[in-house]
Amino acid sequence: MTGAADTSPGLRRSGFAPMFELRAPAATLPPREPIICTEALTIQYGHFAAVKNVSLAIPPCQVTAIIGPSGCGKSTLLRAMNRMNDFVRNMQVTGRILYRGLDVYGPGCDPVELRRRVGMVFQKPNPFPKSVFKNVAWAPVINGYRGKVAELVEQSLRRAALWDEVKDKLHDSALDLSGGQQQRLCIARAIALQPDVLLMDEPCSALDPIATARIEDLIDQLKSEYTVVLVTHNMQQAARVSDRTAFMYLGELIEVNDTNAIFTRPGNPRTQDYITGRFG
Amino acid sequence: MSAAPLHSRTPPPDVFRPRLALRRRLGAAFAAFCLLLTLGALGVLFVLLAQVLLAGWPWVSRKFIANMPSVLTPEQAGMKSAIYGTLWLAVLTGLFSVPVGLGAAIYLEEYAGRSRLARFIQFNIANLAGVPSIVYGMLGLAVFVRWLRCDRSVLSGALTMSLLVLPVIIIASREALAAVPSSIRQAAFALGATRWQTVRHHVLPAALPGMMTGIILALSRGIGETAPLILIGALSYVPFVPGGPLSDYPLTSTGLRQWLSTALFDQFTVMPIQIYDWVARPQPEFHHLAAAGIIVLLGVLLGMNATAVAIRAWQQRRRT
Amino acid sequence: MLRGALRKAREAAIHGLLLICAAVSIVTTVAIIAVLLSESAGFFKQVSPLDFFLGTRWAPLLEPRSFGVLPLICGTFLVAGGALLVAVPAGLATAVFLSEYAPNWFRQVAKPVLEILAGIPTVVYGYFALVFVTPHVLKPLWPQTEIFNAASAAIVVGIMTLPTICSLCDDALRAVPRSLREAAYALSATKLEVSTRIVLPGALSGVVAAVLLALARAIGETMAVALAAGMTPKLTLNPLESIQTMTAYIVQVSMGDTPAGTLEYQTIFSVGSTLFAITLAVNLIAHRVLRRFREVYE
Repeated sequence: MTGAADTSPGLRRSGFAPMFELRAPAATLPPREPIICTEALTIQYGHFAAVKNVSLAIPPCQVTAIIGPSGCGKSTLLRAMNRMNDFVRNMQVTGRILYRGLDVYGPGCDPVELRRRVGMVFQKPNPFPKSVFKNVAWAPVINGYRGKVAELVEQSLRRAALWDEVKDKLHDSALDLSGGQQQRLCIARAIALQPDVLLMDEPCSALDPIATARIEDLIDQLKSEYTVVLVTHNMQQAARVSDRTAFMYLGELIEVNDTNAIFTRPGNPRTQDYITGRFG
Repeated sequence: MSAAPLHSRTPPPDVFRPRLALRRRLGAAFAAFCLLLTLGALGVLFVLLAQVLLAGWPWVSRKFIANMPSVLTPEQAGMKSAIYGTLWLAVLTGLFSVPVGLGAAIYLEEYAGRSRLARFIQFNIANLAGVPSIVYGMLGLAVFVRWLRCDRSVLSGALTMSLLVLPVIIIASREALAAVPSSIRQAAFALGATRWQTVRHHVLPAALPGMMTGIILALSRGIGETAPLILIGALSYVPFVPGGPLSDYPLTSTGLRQWLSTALFDQFTVMPIQIYDWVARPQPEFHHLAAAGIIVLLGVLLGMNATAVAIRAWQQRRRT
Repeated sequence: MLRGALRKAREAAIHGLLLICAAVSIVTTVAIIAVLLSESAGFFKQVSPLDFFLGTRWAPLLEPRSFGVLPLICGTFLVAGGALLVAVPAGLATAVFLSEYAPNWFRQVAKPVLEILAGIPTVVYGYFALVFVTPHVLKPLWPQTEIFNAASAAIVVGIMTLPTICSLCDDALRAVPRSLREAAYALSATKLEVSTRIVLPGALSGVVAAVLLALARAIGETMAVALAAGMTPKLTLNPLESIQTMTAYIVQVSMGDTPAGTLEYQTIFSVGSTLFAITLAVNLIAHRVLRRFREVYE
C-alpha cells in the first residue's frame, strides 16, 4: 500500500519477509503519508462496542487532537495504537491499525517493539518509585542503549523542559516532585526511547492550570520531532495546541479536519453542538 | 551541554539494541520456572494423599471405627475413643468459644467504634492469633489443669481449645459483620431501633452465613490441633470414651447429669493424638493404622470444610 | 417512662456483657504472660539465666543435668530456616505465576489446592515426613540421612507455610498499582521485566512481611517437627542429623510423667517463654512492616 516504510529485525517476528527498511525519520516521509492510520477499526469489550468503524489518519510531525465527551471511545482508540489494551481481557478488534504501513495487530508485529516506537503518557503521572535519573534511564538501559546513558537522561530532561528544575535532584525520589513535574518526567521518560509517535491520554487533566500551560508549551515544541496524538476532553486545549482535530461521539468518528476548520466552520451539526457546549 | 537544535534533526542510526529475541526467551524460561515450582507445590498434595490412601485405605473398616486402640494386637485396633474424644471436644469447644467469640466480635464491630480500648483489643487479638498453639497448651496446663484443678479432663481440653480458636472466630465474625452494608444499620436506627435491636434483628441475620463459615473453619482448625492437648495431659493410649457408654446410666435426668459430670472430668484422647501415637511407633502395622486414622481425620475435616464452602456459595447466590 | 428506663437498663446490660466477651482476649494475654513469667521465675531461681541462655548442652532429664537452651534454639532455627528455603522461592514463584501468567481456570484449581494444603493437620505432615520424605526423597539422595532428621521436618514445615506465603505475596503483588505496570509496558518492557523489575521491588516489603510471618509460624510448629526431626538436642548445622526443637522438647516432657513444681515441669515454661518471646518479636516486626507497606499503597 505505501512506498516508504521501514522495519528493523525487531519489529517483525521471525519468519516474515521484511516490509520496511531501516527506520526513516518521520520528517522525511512524503507529506501526505500518515504515520498511523486506522482502517474501519472496531473495538468491542464483550457486547459493548467502544470504537465503531473508525478510519483516522494521523499525519507525521503534527499534533492531532481527539476530542469528544467522556465515554466516546477516544482513550480506547488511543490505547489501541500501541496495543496497550492488550491487557484488557475479553476485547475484540476488527479492522486494522497501520503504523508505517505495518498492521499493528497482525502476526508480523511485536508489541514490545511497537511500544518502543509509539510511546505513551498517561492521564495521571505514574513515575516509578525510583530516583529521577533511574526513571528516565530505566527503559533505555533495558532496551540496550548504545550510547552514554547520563547524556541521554540529560537530553531527555532538557527536551521535556524539566532539566533546570531537577538537575540538582537527579538522585532524589521522583515521588518528591510536584504533579506537573512528575508528568514532565513521564514525558521525558517516554522521549528517552526516541519514539516516533507520542500518544498522550489527557496528560493535563490531573494538573493545575500553570502546570497545564507548561505542558502545552512543551507539546508545541515536541511536534517538530515527534508526532503527537493527544486525547483531551478540554476543547480549548485542543484548539490551542493541535494542528488537526478529530471529534468522536459514542464510538464513532464524526468529523476530522484541520483544527482551525473544526472550530470555526464545523461540517457536522453534532460537532457544532459539542463545540458550542450544547452537550459535554 | 545544550540539546540538539530542535528543527534540523538528522536521522539517527538505531541507537538501541533491544535484543528482543533474547528477552523473550528469558521471559519464557522464567515463566517455565515459575510453572515448575507451582506444579511442584500443588503436586505435593497429590503425593501426600496418594501415600496416605495407599497405606491406609485397606485398614479403614467399620471395625476400625468401632474398636478401641490396642497396643498388642494392631490388627484389632480402632479409633473409637479418639473419635468420641474429638466429638466431645469439638462440641464443648464450640459451646464455650462461639458465644464469647460472637459477643466479642459484635462488641468490637458494632459498639466500640475506634476508641483506644477497641484498637488495643484488636491489636491484642491479632497477636493472639499468631501465638504458637503450644503456648495455649501451657496456659491450659497451668490454669485449668493445675490451678482450677480440672485435671487432665475433657473440660480442661475444651477450655484450652476455646481460647485457641477464639481469636480466629473473632476475626472471621468481624469480617462477616463488616461486610453487612451500613445502609441496613442506618435504616434500622432511623426507625428508632436501639443498637441491640438493630444488631439482633438486622445485622446478625445478614452476617450469619459468613459467621457460620468462620466458625466451622475455626473448629476444623481446632480439631487438627495436637500440641496443646498433649500439654494438658490428653493421653495417647486411652481405651475408653469419656463417661463410658451412655447405656451404663439410667435414662433419667439424674442419670444424664451423672453421665455428663463423669464425662466432663474424664480423661480422653483425640484423633490427632492417636495418630501421633501410632506414627511414633516403629512397627509398620502402626504406620498403616496411622494412615487409616489420617483418612478418617481428613474425611471429617473435608466434610466440615465442604459445609463451610457450601454455606459461602449459598450466601453468594442469595446475594446475587 | 418505666419502659424507657427498662430498655435503657437492658441495653446497658447487653453492652456490658459484650464488653466482657471482648475482654476475655485481654485476660487471655495477661494470663499467658503471667503463667510464663511466674513459672519461669521459679525455674530461674534454680538455674542461672546465663547457664540457660548461653549453655550448649541440654540434658534436663538425664544425669549429669545441664540446662543450656542453645541446642534447642539452634534446632528450631535450623528447621525454620530450612522451611523458609523451601517455602519462600516456591511460594513467591507460585504467587507470581498465579497473578501474572496463569489463566483463570488454573487459578480456580490452584487456590483450593493451596487452601487444602494449608488446612491439613500437622500430624499428617509429620507422618508424611517420616514415611515418605525421609525414605523416598532424602535417603536416596544422601544415604547418610538418619531416620529422624531436620531436613525432612524443614521440607514438610515449608510445605505447610507455603500457602500462607503464596497468598500474602499475591496480595502484595496485587497492591502494586496498575498504573506502574502500564507505565513500564508502555516503555517497551517485556512481561518478565515488568514483573521482576517493577512489580516485585514495589511489593518487596509486603513479601518481607510474608516471610517473617511464615518464619514465626515455622518456629512455633510442633507436631510435624516432633515426629520428623527427632528428640536429640544437638548443636549442629547438619540437616541430615536428628535434632530437637523447643516445641518438640516441650511435647516430650509433657508426654512423660512430670509432677507439678519440679524443675522438669518448670523447663516447660522456661523453654516456652523463650519460644513465646521469639515468635512475638518476629510477629511484631512483621506487622510493623506490613502496616508500613499498606500505608504506601493506600
